[in-house]
Amino acid sequence: MDSGISDTTTGPRSEDRLPSSASSAVKVVIVGGFGVGKTTLVRSVSEIRPLTTEETMTQASENVDDTAGVERKTATTVAMDFGRISLNEELVLYLFGTPGQQRFWFLWNGLFDGALGAVVLVDTRRLEVSFDVIGRLEESAVPFVVAVNAFPEAPDYPVEELRKALDLDPKVPIVVCDARQRSSSQDVLLKLMHYLRSLALTSEAK
Amino acid sequence: MSQEVPGWDENGPERLYVITGGRSDPARQTGLDLVTLIVARADPQVGMQPEHASILRVCNSPLSVAEISAYLGLPVSVITVLLADLLTEERVEARSPAPSLPDIELIEAVIHGLRNL
Repeated sequence: MDSGISDTTTGPRSEDRLPSSASSAVKVVIVGGFGVGKTTLVRSVSEIRPLTTEETMTQASENVDDTAGVERKTATTVAMDFGRISLNEELVLYLFGTPGQQRFWFLWNGLFDGALGAVVLVDTRRLEVSFDVIGRLEESAVPFVVAVNAFPEAPDYPVEELRKALDLDPKVPIVVCDARQRSSSQDVLLKLMHYLRSLALTSEAK
Repeated sequence: MSQEVPGWDENGPERLYVITGGRSDPARQTGLDLVTLIVARADPQVGMQPEHASILRVCNSPLSVAEISAYLGLPVSVITVLLADLLTEERVEARSPAPSLPDIELIEAVIHGLRNL
């Protein structure tokens, strides 16, 4: 009988292997509502084809699972897509984004622990889905930038109007992007890093 | 992929229970993060639990916990149980994530790396 694992497990393709000198990794979490383009952003900058990892959440399924009428008690599986960028021979950056319901990834054990920061990806046609995300990030003190994924048919609000609508702190950067474009996604990540840098400098000056 | 076994859900809790021997996620004890890099320090051996052997095989080069989970098709909490075994037996090495406290040098290294994409 095939166990589904045995010898058939294939690891990374040779071109996807990290050098043995890779000594530490950092992570950034891409958050936002369903269909806002999180995986698209991850895919556009990742050096590997995005992979999917999963976690089972038994606790969450008891209260949050909306598959009413399902008798069998089964754990809820939450999947998360992620990509990778080798920054140099030692340092690796992982980008996590989930296509699932956002309420789940706050339950994902340790996802935000140790994350450098987050990118809140926003669709101006559905701003309301971002409120909850932003509120939770603020509560957990995870630094973030807001990236507006410029869908062609989405209303084009001035940035300051968006800031007001999202009730954002004046110092939180907002950037307009096209998540399909590598250079644009790269700019979003750089925006986050420059923001983190300014936060670090401010805290050092204190 | 795998053969269908009636009443056996490949991703069901029963299978995961068997793989971990009923143990739950020891992430807090092992301190393993999604992005802890794991490197094999030993070769897979005959008689080893297949999942342990698979981990050693894919970790020929450094691989994050998240990637191991993706390649083996198992939840992160199951992978951390298996990794705890391998760590105890010193069959793998764990390279901890960079500290997250605001560290200008680290952030600048990330900026530099991103610019060179």
